[in-house]
Amino acid sequence: MAIDSTIFLIIIGSMIVTALPRILPITILSQVDLPNWFMNWLKYIPLAILTAILVQEIVPLGEGETWNPAHLVGTVVAFIIGFWTKSLLWTVIAGMLTVVLMNFFL
Amino acid sequence: MTQVCTNRDQFMLGVKDCMPTVLGYLSVGFAAGVVEYTAGLNIFEILLLSLLVYAGAGQFVVAGLLIAGAPTFTIILTVFIINMRHFLLSAVLAPAFKNNTTWQNVGTGFLLTDETFGVAANQMARSGGKINYYWMQGLNITAYANWVLANLLGGILGKWITDPSTFGLDFALAGMFIGLLVLQISSQANLRTDIFVILASVIFTIGSTPYVPIGLNVMVGASLAAIVGMGVEKWRSIQPSSSSS
Repeated sequence: MAIDSTIFLIIIGSMIVTALPRILPITILSQVDLPNWFMNWLKYIPLAILTAILVQEIVPLGEGETWNPAHLVGTVVAFIIGFWTKSLLWTVIAGMLTVVLMNFFL
Repeated sequence: MTQVCTNRDQFMLGVKDCMPTVLGYLSVGFAAGVVEYTAGLNIFEILLLSLLVYAGAGQFVVAGLLIAGAPTFTIILTVFIINMRHFLLSAVLAPAFKNNTTWQNVGTGFLLTDETFGVAANQMARSGGKINYYWMQGLNITAYANWVLANLLGGILGKWITDPSTFGLDFALAGMFIGLLVLQISSQANLRTDIFVILASVIFTIGSTPYVPIGLNVMVGASLAAIVGMGVEKWRSIQPSSSSS
């Protein structure tokens, strides 16, 4: 078993374009004092981007995707358990269990 | 509360704080391994891909486009667009890593993912903007090892697994982001501004989807929503203060 040269090229290329946006801000922006408005904007990015990623996961935005009822109920349950326990682990487990049960009974 | 001082203790705390994400990574990494196997990659190629690219969405794209027979350049360009959101994540963490060497930051950045970012951003909010380097290492390395292992398992067992959704594995990732979002909301004092940011993010992410390549909608939606957050904060600060929150 060997590594195909085209696959190797794809892996190396993908590594470079993935690593640069990961590495550049943290190495460069950590060395300069950022303007206040920019820090203020960055303050809202974690909340905004976690929401955006979740929307991407739940809402059928891609071609041919449809709503998944089990996932919708799982989302509601996970949010409730999340706010109740404030625990990442219990949130994940509650969501997954709900989806398993929904798939079993539907 | 016990006082934690040594680097080793900090590292182990990072490992511990990573644990809740392990289930999510494991299932998504497993699924990625299965898809990569289906796309015709052998176990060495799957190992190399997960070690060097280390990005769930990006690896799914590579596998999917290989199956579709896309040219090399198209695959790399698509991976770039999908993974550009890391730019924002890396920028958010930057102020917390002021005191590290450049090489330490290069290493931290290379291992940055959506999930470790979620845990780290929560840590930043709780500790007044500071992150211990060794804690971050513990978090990153645990997530990395788990991811590579999950990919290999998926690649090896790929031929026997037909439907990972039976075990709720397809929801593990969404569940993890819900948990990270709840922690992020709970760690901030300004619930009313937060609600505007969340609503704006939902609207802009969905609204921008038809107009930008898939993957970029997350970045566009989040960037605009953060501007809304700044606007709401500004607007509330010039309101006559009838109540304080």
